[in-house]
Amino acid sequence: MAFTEKDVDYIANLARLSLSPQETKQFTSQLDKILSYVHKLDELNTESVEPTAHILPVNNVFRADEPKTCPNAQYAVEQAPELINGLFSVPKVIE
Amino acid sequence: MTLYAKTAVELLAMMRRKEACAREIVESVFQRIEAINDKLNAFVALDKEGALKKADEVDRKRAAGEPLGELAGIPVGIKDNLCNHTHPTTCASNILQGYNAAFTGTAVRKLHKADAVIIGNLNMDEFAMGSSCETSFYGPCKNPWNLDYIPGGSSGGSASAVAADMAVMTLGSDTGGSIRQPASLCGVVGMKPTYGRVSRFGLVAFASSLDQIGPITKTVEDNALLLKVISGHDTHDSTSIDTPVPDYLSLLDKPLKGLKIGIPKEYFIDGMDAEVEQSVRAGIDTLKKLGAETVDISLPHTEYAVSTYYIIATAEASSNLARFDGVRYGNRTKNPSDLKELYYKSRSEGFGDEVKRRILLGTYVLSSGYYDAYYKKAQKVRTLIRQDFTKAFEKVDCIITPVSPTPAFKLGEKINDPLTMYLGDIFTISINLAGLPALSVPCGFSGNGLPIGMQIIGKTLDEERILQIGHVFEKNTLFHKEKPALG
Repeated sequence: MAFTEKDVDYIANLARLSLSPQETKQFTSQLDKILSYVHKLDELNTESVEPTAHILPVNNVFRADEPKTCPNAQYAVEQAPELINGLFSVPKVIE
Repeated sequence: MTLYAKTAVELLAMMRRKEACAREIVESVFQRIEAINDKLNAFVALDKEGALKKADEVDRKRAAGEPLGELAGIPVGIKDNLCNHTHPTTCASNILQGYNAAFTGTAVRKLHKADAVIIGNLNMDEFAMGSSCETSFYGPCKNPWNLDYIPGGSSGGSASAVAADMAVMTLGSDTGGSIRQPASLCGVVGMKPTYGRVSRFGLVAFASSLDQIGPITKTVEDNALLLKVISGHDTHDSTSIDTPVPDYLSLLDKPLKGLKIGIPKEYFIDGMDAEVEQSVRAGIDTLKKLGAETVDISLPHTEYAVSTYYIIATAEASSNLARFDGVRYGNRTKNPSDLKELYYKSRSEGFGDEVKRRILLGTYVLSSGYYDAYYKKAQKVRTLIRQDFTKAFEKVDCIITPVSPTPAFKLGEKINDPLTMYLGDIFTISINLAGLPALSVPCGFSGNGLPIGMQIIGKTLDEERILQIGHVFEKNTLFHKEKPALG
């Protein structure tokens, strides 16, 4: 199944990227090539193979639920591109 | 030899003997940076004032007889994706211009604690996505051995700076070869530790199940020293391993007698560069003369590694990079009409082509209807790739391979052909998929004078053994002593 410009438009929207027509065209042909290549994995029968998410023999690593202060919170907020009264500012979201 | 050209082990001894002080060393390194960084574009941010202040603190402490850390007075550069509180951390991306780290990551905190002098941030492929250091927002970094060639990537700046004596040692990060490949192409020593050996807290995430911070240095000794400083368990990273850290440096001198080296046939293939094959085979012969034995092994799923990696790494990247929304960090588009436009435009203006390509690919393989066919399938093949190594390590102590199928290539040669660029990662990515440690050491030069590296892959948490092998190799060869003929 060929990978089309419609596919790129669809995933660009999911990924919150807006692409120029030229970018869409270029990414379509490049991703088509890459996806055709990775289909190599279909040669392998993996029906009875367990997936590996990461290599460590750990699952949930819990710590005690103790409140701690975050010493640099204000500095972290200040790194935002736009602030109003020390809070993140965004365009109006409700009419 | 000028101070900037020395190794950390040499400089520490000189400072102990009062033959040099930290300020002289730091000044010497900055002199070198000021003379040649414009040619190489390895550093993207410098902190001379902070570095000299730290050097003076080390000198004062030494004079007063106060205790000093293991890297006291040693100038260290960090990759631009490692957080150092109040300093820029931009991942060589437009989207993080103007952002200063809100905290210090664990590996960098350990450098501070060891009294290292942090001199600045090093160029890289944008968000560590690339194998040539050409996708950087700051423009490409160059290979000190020939300025027309790439230094490798993504930690190209970290390797280039060490090779050109602009930093005594540096930190890089390795998701699919990003420490080992540039180390190999620049003729220096690079280690990707076992996944979980070094905390990832404060490393801007690319592919969380593969990323690992590691040292790039002039010698294996320095590598052992720096690895010990940055390793260890960290409660801020749930994937960090709670196992004691050996004193790698003091354990280096172990003879090779009886060592079994696995030689995987899938890593010596038709079509690979003849000079690379020759140099790596000669390197293996050197180790044999020193008492090691070789065993022919097979890692049969090697040919599936590139496909597996580029599905898993991009899937994780698309998820990790969703946080860059133009609201909380760095760059925001000017005058967006609404919130939706703010997201779309900030991201589209902020990310470069390679990052967009990988976000798109990752989003696709995770999207509804394709998840099982791509992502889950790749996770299963990852299991098979891991099992290949588990089986091989029943018979051998280490595995030796080339790092990269070719020496450095020319700037611009592969940048418009992403798949060809990806295929060049064939010898390094399986190691990340299997979570193993691997060391790149210089083992030769091509006919046109470009460095070639040899990869020594170890068992899980067996950094100690691969450093020993690298050290013995280095003691019996001269490749690491060669320096590029820069002005």
